[in-house]
Amino acid sequence: MSDAYKIVAKITQKQIVDGLQQNTRLDGRGLLEYRPITTELGLIEKASGSALVSIGKTKILTGVKIETGEPYPDRPDEGVLTVNAELIPLAAPDYEPGPPGEDAIELARVVDRGLRESKAVDLKKLCIVPGKQVFVIFVDLNVLDHRGNLFDASALASVLALMNAEMQAYTVTKGGELKYRDSTVRLPLQNFPVEVTVAKIGDKMVVDTSLEEETVIDAQITIAIGKDDEVCAVQKSLFGTFSQEEIHQALEIAVEKATEIRAKVLRGVGGWLDGSE
Amino acid sequence: MSYLIEKRTFVLPGDLLAEGDYHAGRNAFKDSNKVYASMIGLSDNVGRNVYVVALKGCYLPRAGDMVIGTVVDMRLGNWSVDINAPYEAILFTNEVLDRPFNSRREEMTGILDVGDLILAKVLSFDRTRGPALTLRESGLGKIVHGSIVRMTPTKIPRLIGRKGSMINMLTRELGCHITIGQNGVILVSGKNPKMEALTLQILHLIEAEAHTSGLTDRVTELIKQEKSGEHGEKSSE
Amino acid sequence: MAKKAASEKLIRKGVRTDGRKPTELRNIRIDVGPLERADGSAYIEWGKNKILVAVYGPREVHPRHLARPDRAFFRCRYHMAPFSTAERKRPAPSRREIELSKVTRVALEPAIITELFPRTGIDVFIEVLQSDGGTRCAGITASSIALADAGVPMRDLVVACAAGKIDGQIVLDLNEIEDQDGEADVPVAIMPRTGGISLLQMDGILSPAEFKEALALALDGCKQVYERQKDALKGAYGQADTSMDEEGDSVGGDTHE
Repeated sequence: MSDAYKIVAKITQKQIVDGLQQNTRLDGRGLLEYRPITTELGLIEKASGSALVSIGKTKILTGVKIETGEPYPDRPDEGVLTVNAELIPLAAPDYEPGPPGEDAIELARVVDRGLRESKAVDLKKLCIVPGKQVFVIFVDLNVLDHRGNLFDASALASVLALMNAEMQAYTVTKGGELKYRDSTVRLPLQNFPVEVTVAKIGDKMVVDTSLEEETVIDAQITIAIGKDDEVCAVQKSLFGTFSQEEIHQALEIAVEKATEIRAKVLRGVGGWLDGSE
Repeated sequence: MSYLIEKRTFVLPGDLLAEGDYHAGRNAFKDSNKVYASMIGLSDNVGRNVYVVALKGCYLPRAGDMVIGTVVDMRLGNWSVDINAPYEAILFTNEVLDRPFNSRREEMTGILDVGDLILAKVLSFDRTRGPALTLRESGLGKIVHGSIVRMTPTKIPRLIGRKGSMINMLTRELGCHITIGQNGVILVSGKNPKMEALTLQILHLIEAEAHTSGLTDRVTELIKQEKSGEHGEKSSE
Repeated sequence: MAKKAASEKLIRKGVRTDGRKPTELRNIRIDVGPLERADGSAYIEWGKNKILVAVYGPREVHPRHLARPDRAFFRCRYHMAPFSTAERKRPAPSRREIELSKVTRVALEPAIITELFPRTGIDVFIEVLQSDGGTRCAGITASSIALADAGVPMRDLVVACAAGKIDGQIVLDLNEIEDQDGEADVPVAIMPRTGGISLLQMDGILSPAEFKEALALALDGCKQVYERQKDALKGAYGQADTSMDEEGDSVGGDTHE
């Protein structure tokens, strides 16, 4: 990071790297230990679903809105899922107002890929009239406070918001007219991906890097793991490199942590993953 | 009509501090013949000078202050230094070396490079130009080891204590060298890693409780507990 | 979102759609300093409004040409999250958000002692996470807290509240339905100590007498909200001991000589 010194002094960076050689981190965590994860669900009543996730002091708020619209021409019988991310200026001193830059866009697309490839939402169940009208699910995520590990926190907030979401129950008449009913239903979810970012600092692999640790990462890899341990999406970022072995190692770590987080954080939200599936 | 608020009253911006023949000091301002607070803090006065001890505020440099800063930019003849103030500080090459210096970029990075941490002294500051720093005093210069702790600048006086009582006690009891930057950046270095870690813990405690009474006792107690634990003795409850 | 049917009234026998009396304020909750990276921050829940504000500064201004030689350059950004409204809102700033950014700045700037920090910048970022009518007033009220939390020197806090007319009656603090379907909305911001009004807008139709009545009611609302602001700041900072500290030197942070 070219302006790393704005965040942490060189001597502290050296302490982080040296400490990792002794398998210690500045805040006392283990190398494969996440900071405390807290969640608050449904806090935005006007949204169909919402989740505020804190990993340590990093805070992400995701809201889900459901509207109707046209399907993509090449997928006429599927609903539309679209993910948007904003690194809003509240979150860090160097975030400026304006359209999403490459970091915000990468964040949105990595979260999107995890949801889309895992088929988290069964989009075929969101078709109203093929080729004409489908449900459009907007997943809007806002980074509120940046203290490191935006990928994992954002992905978590997004899947939780979807699990928390409810939509108006509906029927479609023979004439293709959408009629809403009085009750609400959950979204047609079928997978619950968790994204785990494994960062390489020196020759050590760590998860959930803090803001300070992010100034010394050589390379990192974000892996989305579905509920059956399947790999749904991978993104390597930053300018260092991984060896093939290191990638295998990262994959093992990702599967382990994803399972842990799914059990501890996702289970039971919105009634999902409580064993009744 | 004369009024003076009781000392150590918690005040908010816009709260009335005094009315009558009074002067507005730090973190206060005068409007017609009334003095008001401009910051969140505790009221106080010395004679007719009414002011507020701010509980939160940025660091405003004063000539003579010791500061710990980071070099953020470099031009021929000077470096820009971030000292955690609203204004970037400037360090000229002739304030670093005793000898005349014919600046060339390579030579400058050899002395100080972007990203380096320095302990410096503020030479001068007024709000029309950024603060100027110097390294030309013994003890000043590039920092190469230790741990950095950041503290809200308004709490630094509490860390120092009256006539240095708190900081002297800490240095004595913890055996670590603690260099205090008035700008809220503190350097801790000690030979014993456990004592260095304890020092960091104490600093966080002071930051959290700077404006409460009985702090000195709590700090002393914590040190005693940790140190007796150090030697394998059970500390008494 | 369905508009109310013509036969549905906004106020029936002195009770509004949300159960309030005509001069009753919605519930307000204020958290001080919820964000880590910002210099100051505040979160407000005002009725169903949920708004987060961050303050950065005083700090160096970028781009440099914006710096003023004699004062801090103060900027405000009012923005609504896409999921904050009934219909999803596109993330890019709308004309309404741009206007509200400006009136918020005009409401807050007179209270800030900008002359103390020439050539610097102070930024206020308001993010509406959920909106239900009166967001500009809630935003201004929370911004004032966030500025104080950031240690920005101010002449006064700024507090805002709206009043308006629904079903022919002047009422305090309109929620979204009342704002959309009512006859008028008058948001007001004031610096309580001097009584200087720094924001005043109106849309709708009112007779001059009604306008004055609404203004007076809004100012009364401001008084009540001001108490909430003070309580929140006292709650967050008031643990500071007010007895003489036996050890500490009384020299504190300097921002004003």
